[in-house]
Amino acid sequence: MFEILLNHYPVLLKGLTTTLVVSLSAIALGLVLGVLLAFGLTSRYRLVRWPCGLYRSFWRGTPILLQLLLVYYLLPEIGIEIAPIHAAILTLTLNTTAFQAEIFRSGISHIPAGQIEAARMAGISAWQTRRRIIMPQVFRLTLPPLTNEIITILKNSSLISVIAVTELMRVSEQIASRTFQPLETYLAAALLYLAVNLVLARISAYLERRMVGGLATE
Amino acid sequence: MLDIALLWEARGLILQGLWNTLWICLLGCLVALSLGLVLAALRLANPRLFSYPVACYVEICRGVPLLILLFLLYYGGPSIGLTLSASIAGVVGIGLYGAGYFAEIYRGGFKSIPKGQLEAARMIGISPWHALIRIQIPQMARLIVPPSTNQLIILVKESALISIISVDDLTKNATTIVNQTFQVIEPYLAVALLYWLMIELVARGGYALEKRLANR
Repeated sequence: MFEILLNHYPVLLKGLTTTLVVSLSAIALGLVLGVLLAFGLTSRYRLVRWPCGLYRSFWRGTPILLQLLLVYYLLPEIGIEIAPIHAAILTLTLNTTAFQAEIFRSGISHIPAGQIEAARMAGISAWQTRRRIIMPQVFRLTLPPLTNEIITILKNSSLISVIAVTELMRVSEQIASRTFQPLETYLAAALLYLAVNLVLARISAYLERRMVGGLATE
Repeated sequence: MLDIALLWEARGLILQGLWNTLWICLLGCLVALSLGLVLAALRLANPRLFSYPVACYVEICRGVPLLILLFLLYYGGPSIGLTLSASIAGVVGIGLYGAGYFAEIYRGGFKSIPKGQLEAARMIGISPWHALIRIQIPQMARLIVPPSTNQLIILVKESALISIISVDDLTKNATTIVNQTFQVIEPYLAVALLYWLMIELVARGGYALEKRLANR
């Protein structure tokens, strides 16, 4: 296992970089879209809530591998040529948007209604209330589930190897078929995934400890 | 528009895929549920000896993609004399992977029961075994049903990965139909609907169980 790591570390690191770039872009894009979708899910209007709920149901209720294949094969059908890596980022983004929206929706529901009423009384607009009062608290409240979601996306990014994106998993497959040492190679890859995810969990735990102050309390 | 006739013609492949996904998920989840219980029980019975190894196991399940685990079992296994068929590798992979998550769910359930209850039970002469059956498990069950349902749903969805190690499951057979008919939307959407139905069933089952336990 260590031999594989030592002999092939340049390609493995390159694969790991692609894994990180793809996952983190999807997480970042999903964060923005997820917040918007969460507002949609908590909207006053049924006409807004309903399509948002349907979107959430589909992306949360079907396997991500199936979603990836659907996006990858469907886009060329409707005349959109797209590189595998972009299809991968697109799918992971659309998927994580639904999961992050659900996390934020639950976070929003934990903000005491009195705060929102008070903001309205004080003449603060609905948008300003969201931006200045609700969301800063929601981000703090939802940090643990958000970390889990980042780790899930990092793990799920392994299956974009199926559409020939040369990330960590794909690179490992190539090394395994060249060296005839699948056990050692996949163990090495497992170690790299584990290391990244443990570091992420640590960073999140650190942030959580730092941000305990200033939270909404009932 | 959607071509339903195409799906009717491919029903053999779809049903075969559904059957394979169903039995592999079922067995895999059973392995995960029971192995998870064993891990949690070991940790509870002798924390000094088992806490660390079980915690490591849980971290590995959380930090390593299921796909890597499946590849280790299916492609890496033979080099240490462990030759599994693709479907059995799927069952074992899902089982080992899920066990880490269930161990943590069970542990959370056990930990949530106040120590005072057990001390009180001991004081009034209830045996530890009786306390486990009558006091701990009934209260714990109510708490662990919702997260366990969630985890089962995740495992059903992740089971699609076994198609990558060549199991003829729903996802693999959908791709086969796509390649045969050059129609992308119908097979994938039909299969997505079947997954969604399976997940809905698990969710409803979990919800019903939760209600039954709450009424007691």
